[in-house]
Amino acid sequence: MKTMMSYLGAIGAAQREAMDADERVIIIGEDVEANVYGTTGAGKSRAAEGDFLQRYGRNRIRNTPISEEIIVGAAAGAAMTGLRPIVDLSYSSFTYLAMDQFVNQIAKNRYMFGGQASIPVVFRSAMFYGLNTGAHHSDRPYPMYMNVPGLKIIAPASPSDAKGLLRSAIDSDDPVLSFEACPLWPMKEEVEEDEYRIPLGVGRTLREGSDITIVAVSGSVPEAVAAADQLIAEGVSVEVFDPRTLVPMDVEGIMKSVSKTGRLVIADPAHKTCGAAAEISALVAEHAFDALRAPIKRVTTPDMQIPFSPALEKQLYPNRDSIAAAARAVLGLKVSQ
Amino acid sequence: MMAKVGMMTVELSKEFLLEAQRRMIRIRLFDERASKMVKRGQIPGTVHTSIGQEAQVVGACMALGDSDYMTGNHRSHGHPIGKGSPLAPLMAELVGKATGICKGKGGSLHLADFSVGSLGESGIVGSSIPIATGAALSSKVLNNGKVSLAFFGDGAANQGNLYESMNMAGIWDLPVIFLCENNLYALSTPAHTVTSGVIADRAAGFNIPGVRVENGQDFINVFTAVKEAVDRARRGEGPSLIEVVTYRFNEHSEGLRLGVDYRDAKEKEEWLAKDPIVIFRNYLLAEGVATEAELDAIHAAVEAEVEDAFEFSQSSPFPDPSTAFDDLYTEPFEVYA
Repeated sequence: MKTMMSYLGAIGAAQREAMDADERVIIIGEDVEANVYGTTGAGKSRAAEGDFLQRYGRNRIRNTPISEEIIVGAAAGAAMTGLRPIVDLSYSSFTYLAMDQFVNQIAKNRYMFGGQASIPVVFRSAMFYGLNTGAHHSDRPYPMYMNVPGLKIIAPASPSDAKGLLRSAIDSDDPVLSFEACPLWPMKEEVEEDEYRIPLGVGRTLREGSDITIVAVSGSVPEAVAAADQLIAEGVSVEVFDPRTLVPMDVEGIMKSVSKTGRLVIADPAHKTCGAAAEISALVAEHAFDALRAPIKRVTTPDMQIPFSPALEKQLYPNRDSIAAAARAVLGLKVSQ
Repeated sequence: MMAKVGMMTVELSKEFLLEAQRRMIRIRLFDERASKMVKRGQIPGTVHTSIGQEAQVVGACMALGDSDYMTGNHRSHGHPIGKGSPLAPLMAELVGKATGICKGKGGSLHLADFSVGSLGESGIVGSSIPIATGAALSSKVLNNGKVSLAFFGDGAANQGNLYESMNMAGIWDLPVIFLCENNLYALSTPAHTVTSGVIADRAAGFNIPGVRVENGQDFINVFTAVKEAVDRARRGEGPSLIEVVTYRFNEHSEGLRLGVDYRDAKEKEEWLAKDPIVIFRNYLLAEGVATEAELDAIHAAVEAEVEDAFEFSQSSPFPDPSTAFDDLYTEPFEVYA
């Protein structure tokens, strides 16, 4: 049976399912006891059925000090010794304080120790961009972590995907980072209430078409769909593909689409240099060059800091207009409508 | 033999005391051999020996139970040996063989033997302290009675993650012992020139016990101090910080040739006279625990063990190059080369 869920509500539902299913799953992080973000409450709304603290108790729901390095490192140590922690790091920009633990311990311990360690842990963080919070809260840092072998990375772009991908992430015996774009938080849709899992590394096609592929990542997905719908109304046949998982990447899904359409635009809210879009471009250039009928175009956030003022910030991220304009350029259509 | 552990007097069996001496000799002879092997080019890279610090290592390890957890640092061979790890797979790892404890993926700096609770040594100073803290979080949540111990040096005592770890362990009463091996130098830098105050005193700020073992060359001194902390942790009373003053007899890493002799010759001479293996041997003889012949037999048996480990490391095959790609993830996917 389906029910209307918000993006955060779907995350809460996945966390509740996992906590119910396995005693080894715990949730630690800043402000998780008070359910500040609405992902550690049992109901659809914060007050509905009592929060996780009442449901699971203080042994399994733990507010942490604001000490990212030990939060992340302790979760890794716990995961190496029998727990399956879910860590709420609140904002993605805060993950940098724990960089040593992510890069030197979590990503390397299994490999370095010859497979003796498995590290089943999920690190959730919100990319708080587009909300006028300025440079310290607005980062979209998943490309940095894509450059760290040993981690898996999900970037769900809908409530249904958030619920299904998070369950798979929690099931995984490898460390998974979940990057959740705040512009997606208000999104609501009908989501299956029963348990289901979306495998990591399998993308989803949101629009099927034959003239051009738009690969969209995270918060750019709804904008890409809106751009596609504009173009479809103009008579262009557009395919929109969301890889959903950045590591492992659904390379096959992207190649299949580009081989069909021969044209590619990538919409990615991260920075341009060495971003997810850069990686996808390189993969397509390496593996499907012969299928390309036009150069690839990337629509990303420029390589710069995020300013505070709404007048300055809004223009910087990929949006339906900039994505549609890029698509028209690739299609050789007039840029003006 | 009776020993005082806090308020309690405990009986230490002959078997236990001889095992302590055996493990100290194992560390000494293993590291002497490793030092030679590096100089002869039989071990690639470098090694950091624990020669001179055997009482501090084994005193701490033998205060732990077999299934308790331990993490360590770059001075990395003594810890797993002290915890009871067999020598041959460790030696094979140093040489980079397929039969190495980490299948040749880790090397000297990253030894780990999960079968004896050794969760890994770390080449990043201080980086494994959060891992040990996390293992203690597992014990706490799962209520399995296991204790965890983090070995780190005087250099790591100035890393912030130690204090994040002590704070978290303090608030949650985690069963973890922070064991500072103060060998007076962080590579060439005298500890007192970069350390404000006394390391053990820092525990007071977290309202946890802080103990300084002034004579870390004496097995019984170290063992009783750590045992008291382990018993306390196992009773659910939380973490402790123990600073053990000791001295490394060799250079920071083998083969390192520094232009200046940063250690005073007289200081070195005084410490070399405080050989933990000689001190404990004399103690065992004086207390009538063992005879010269028994102790000589232990020494001879360990010599043979080290010889066997060396032979094993030489006769074992190097790993097949294709195995370089194994053990990055529990569920492998294509890695793009």
